[in-house]
Amino acid sequence: MINPFEIMETVNMIDKENLDIRTITMGISLKSCADPDIDRLCGKIYDKITSYAKDLVKVGEDIEKQFGVPIINKRISVTPCASLVDALEEPSLEKCVRIAKTLDKAAKDVGVNFIGGFSALVHKGITAGERILIESIPEALASTNTVCSSVNVGSTRAGINMDAVKLMGGVIKRAAELTKDTDGFACAKLVVFANAVEDNPFMAGAFHGEGEGDCVINVGVSGPGVVKCALEKVRGEPFGAVAETIKRTAFKITRMGQLVAQEASKRLNVPFGIVDLSLAPTPAVGDSVAYILEEMGLEKCGTHGTTAALALLNDAVKKGGVMASSYVGGLSGAFIPVSEDAGMIAAAKSGALSIEKLEAMTCVCSVGLDMIVIPGDTPASTVSAIIADEAAIGMVNSKTTAVRLIPAPGKRVGDVVEFGGLLGTGPVMRVREYSSDDFINRGGRIPAPLQSLKN
Amino acid sequence: MKAVLTVIGKDKVGIIAAVSKVLSENNVNILDISQTIMQGMFTMIMLVRFNEPESDINVLSGKMSEIEKDMGLSIHIQNEEVFNSMHRI
Repeated sequence: MINPFEIMETVNMIDKENLDIRTITMGISLKSCADPDIDRLCGKIYDKITSYAKDLVKVGEDIEKQFGVPIINKRISVTPCASLVDALEEPSLEKCVRIAKTLDKAAKDVGVNFIGGFSALVHKGITAGERILIESIPEALASTNTVCSSVNVGSTRAGINMDAVKLMGGVIKRAAELTKDTDGFACAKLVVFANAVEDNPFMAGAFHGEGEGDCVINVGVSGPGVVKCALEKVRGEPFGAVAETIKRTAFKITRMGQLVAQEASKRLNVPFGIVDLSLAPTPAVGDSVAYILEEMGLEKCGTHGTTAALALLNDAVKKGGVMASSYVGGLSGAFIPVSEDAGMIAAAKSGALSIEKLEAMTCVCSVGLDMIVIPGDTPASTVSAIIADEAAIGMVNSKTTAVRLIPAPGKRVGDVVEFGGLLGTGPVMRVREYSSDDFINRGGRIPAPLQSLKN
Repeated sequence: MKAVLTVIGKDKVGIIAAVSKVLSENNVNILDISQTIMQGMFTMIMLVRFNEPESDINVLSGKMSEIEKDMGLSIHIQNEEVFNSMHRI
């Protein structure tokens, strides 16, 4: 039998250290739904999602009971909808919004809290359908609750599509304006990617990629609190001990994810895709990535040394996790969403953490500038320029980067925006006031970077 | 299904009696029991076997949460697989 200390360690991780499975995400291909007629298309989308995912929530809850580990979210990702728009006869903004509303209804009827895939991959060029879908994103997100959208604007192999970057600055601003009564909440459901991955189970950036099968189960683990508590036991020891402790902890967390993923896949009779090894924080105290960095010896997250600490954390999480799962994928690394992390919120409020530092941190961690509230009067071209900077980091370093900014209407630096729930609290952060207008207005593409002569 | 049941809390009369009564009513067999004081807390670990379909984990969890409330304890029932996968390669 397993020894009592091991049993109590697991029980403590769940009880006191916020260990949980962050999400079971079912990926569903909508390729078979393509139809020139919007009514038929929406009918097919609704039927396919509700028949494939009808047991998802119940199975998630059953596993939660049997294994005694909380499974926080059950979600769905679908094929990027832009390809369905391209197949439509006379695509229009209204038709795109109808697709979003259909996804929303299907998600609500099966009981999931988010559905991702109102997306377009335009890192090299934009088709007519993709352009219309992108233009419809503000209305689509403002008129639905559960739909999440993502747009891929750059990749290491294609470079950065600066026309799409320009477009997205305006889309983000408009999405914020349309939901100004909730401080631009629609923007929390919209991610701009470079090097987007096809099997990410985490929202808002999840979509069911082109290379995926008909249906798949992906699982995202979590557990910043567990890592933080483990590190408390090696205070003052050299970095070798820190890395080793994180690896061991990540291994255990991931094993739990693997177990849940396999069980969900078996019970739903859907192939198991990947476990995403990300450390995803929540606003709950003790579930913060920033606190892990501070535990390593930084007075406040964002001070000098933060990037190095995050690099170590991100790498050790992967090293510990890969052996624990048969298939690892998704974003896999540490997330640094500002509004969703109690330590990041505190660091941003105290001025220790700036957008520039966050940008540096995204060079070594899993995603990007995530859940950052910026002043409502930030020009669209500045939003685009922030996206371009972040996409450049992703493109050059062959990694995924993302931008999820909320230009909260009417808010200024120093204000605080409350989103509630997992999305947390966002202090409005300062952006540079100097204009990037002429830079963004050039349009065109930034060529793909050289992959040798690395320096 | 084999499961591990853990009970943590302040020691008092009748904990084992209350827990094992519910187990027996639900046709759950006790394979092993160990109890100790860890960090000042009464800690009991039981390895149990569910005789499905009579032993329903939903019913059992409901009953256990009543005991949790009545006696001020924290009780977890988890499939043994959780511990095997977490602590064994």
